[in-house]
Amino acid sequence: MIETSNLTAERIKEYLKQGKRFDGRKLDEFRNLIIETGISKKAEGSARVKLGNTEVIVGVKMDVGAPYPDSQDKGNLMVTAEFLPLSSPRFEPGPPSFDSIELARVIDRGIRESKFIELEKLCIKEGEKVWTVFIDIYSINEDGNLLDAAGIGAIAALKSAKIPKYDEEKEKTIFGEWTDKHVPLSKEVPISLTVHKIGNSLIVDPTREEEDISETRITIASSDGTIYSMQKGNSKELSVEEFKEILNIIEKTERKISTAIEKSLK
Amino acid sequence: MTDRKIVIPGEVIAKGDDYLPGEGTEKRNGEIFSIKFGLAEETNKLVKVIPLSGVYQPRRGNVVIGKVENVTFNGWVVDLKTADSAFLSIMEIPRYVDKEDLGSVMDIGDMLVAKIYSINKRGIDLTFKLKGLGKLEGGMIIHINPNKVPRVIGKEGSMVSLIKDETGCQITVGQNGFIWIKGNKIEDELFAKKAILYIAEHSLIHGLTDEMKNWFDKEKGK
Amino acid sequence: MTKDFKRPDGRKINELRKITAKVGVVPNADGSAMFAFGDTVAIAAVYGPKKMHPQHSQNPEKGTLRCSYNMLSFSVTERIRPGPSRRSMEISKVTEWALEPVVMIDDFKANVVDVHINILQANASTRCAGINAAAMALAHAGIPMKSLVTSVSIGKLDKQLVTDLIKEEEDWEEGEGPTDIPITLTGDGKISHIQLDGKIGRKQLEEAVELAREAGKQIHAAQEKALKEVGEKK
Repeated sequence: MIETSNLTAERIKEYLKQGKRFDGRKLDEFRNLIIETGISKKAEGSARVKLGNTEVIVGVKMDVGAPYPDSQDKGNLMVTAEFLPLSSPRFEPGPPSFDSIELARVIDRGIRESKFIELEKLCIKEGEKVWTVFIDIYSINEDGNLLDAAGIGAIAALKSAKIPKYDEEKEKTIFGEWTDKHVPLSKEVPISLTVHKIGNSLIVDPTREEEDISETRITIASSDGTIYSMQKGNSKELSVEEFKEILNIIEKTERKISTAIEKSLK
Repeated sequence: MTDRKIVIPGEVIAKGDDYLPGEGTEKRNGEIFSIKFGLAEETNKLVKVIPLSGVYQPRRGNVVIGKVENVTFNGWVVDLKTADSAFLSIMEIPRYVDKEDLGSVMDIGDMLVAKIYSINKRGIDLTFKLKGLGKLEGGMIIHINPNKVPRVIGKEGSMVSLIKDETGCQITVGQNGFIWIKGNKIEDELFAKKAILYIAEHSLIHGLTDEMKNWFDKEKGK
Repeated sequence: MTKDFKRPDGRKINELRKITAKVGVVPNADGSAMFAFGDTVAIAAVYGPKKMHPQHSQNPEKGTLRCSYNMLSFSVTERIRPGPSRRSMEISKVTEWALEPVVMIDDFKANVVDVHINILQANASTRCAGINAAAMALAHAGIPMKSLVTSVSIGKLDKQLVTDLIKEEEDWEEGEGPTDIPITLTGDGKISHIQLDGKIGRKQLEEAVELAREAGKQIHAAQEKALKEVGEKK
């Protein structure tokens, strides 16, 4: 996979001016979305998400530990993302890249701020023992829009997750054995979606080529028109009109994606 | 061995001293082994394996497409997506060039089509001294597996001619898998791109040129 | 004793788990493959040959094979902290050693062939699944090779040799306990990798190599089938 050449970049921009994209999609149209849950027998919950050629896998693990000092009666949430060198010639081995750290933080905030996981229900003994929910995201093939694929995967994996058994006497998790209980989740499902600006066009779900020439992006975690977290990435500014249009696009797209996630769990 | 068949590394392709080991093969104890994943072929007792995959291996005489990576005092460093970097010297430009201002001829990020005229320890040397070589203006660049390039070009250029005729685009195929397409409309370029990607996907089909004629009829009927 | 021996999952002593093999699982890569022994799942992607960075690690005499093995955090029941560990570093190196005898990259001077192996799900024998996937991915990437390699873990449970260990067997508690012997063989039957943890007599160890050879035939058949399937499609 190669950087997008300046010639191709110009052509993509010209075509977008006519309201068209290279792969024939509408500006607010996602690529073919495939969500599979329960792909791992070892995780509490898991999902594989494919957006065109982009593929991520997400696993949820849980363990019992001490609460954070500022939330003695609540479970913990921890989100990490690894951009595997396996998934793209652009990813190097070594310490996490800024992009992977940002991605994990953006997904974390959407889930945390919406109170999607009812962390207060994950307290075992106040001030001593609480559940930690780990959400680990891995890229398998990178072809644009890892952000949204990861967000969709995180929600699908959480929805499919079961709480492990817990040995009350030894105060230890029994790994590899699960209760029938799902992770306690609220009805407000925060879907994290990104709109990109290229020239004067606003698009969703960019391919690698499109993302290469994206001038700015906004990721919004929302549910039914309520917004829980937001991140503007890259330095190009947005007009207020453009911002309003982005909110429109997010609201429309969010419904479609939540329906797709629901379907995948059946 | 009669027909062409897919082989994997370590597979015996032919037995006996009548056969000669060609590219992608190795002779061990009177047997000819494949050392590549590819298509085994035999002509006049010469056995070879045509690879189905793998990165581009530069060869002298190849026409390639690359990107200007750096401008130096006497030429341009060009990225061909090969392990070794390539260099185009101002001596290889068949016209007057102002030595003080090489960047105005081609700057970092510009795309070009050139020919490899030598490969040595320092790297790959490129030239513009041939018709059709130079900086690429307009159009778009696509990339395919370099092993599929011969099918996109076709016998004596028959396949690429067909695509040019059907789409009205100018097309330059680099042996390193980069292809430049320029048409009157972006739709025409995308149509040519679709045809080329179809060929790359179906490169093992017999009678691919006829298949493509039908493909164009079908696509145009849509 | 052999007749009476019962494996926890009911397999015969020389029976492999169900093998799944697939080529082309990472479209971005120059070559890629998945290999699974039952629910131990490994994927491998190959990039290169390409220029080795940083320059000081280049070998001007010949090409370099560089393998990295990593387990996903949720590939086992107790979460692994993401990132490299001492264990994964050792397995990465052992994987390189297992593959180097068949990989013919001497001519790619100063270049590197990168092999990235990720374990998606682990139920023992992960390094063997990773090596099998890597061999397929290297072939798929068009890298010249003398042959593929086949890798399998032979175990000794108490006194009994078995093929393709699962986690429950790795933790065998009866009698002499478990011995784990991962073995990798080249196409001409030579040993390119062997490790052992446990306790075993010399005669039985020789038998273990024979079991690996027998299992290697089935592994090779699965690798070959998967490669040829993608080949035919193109």
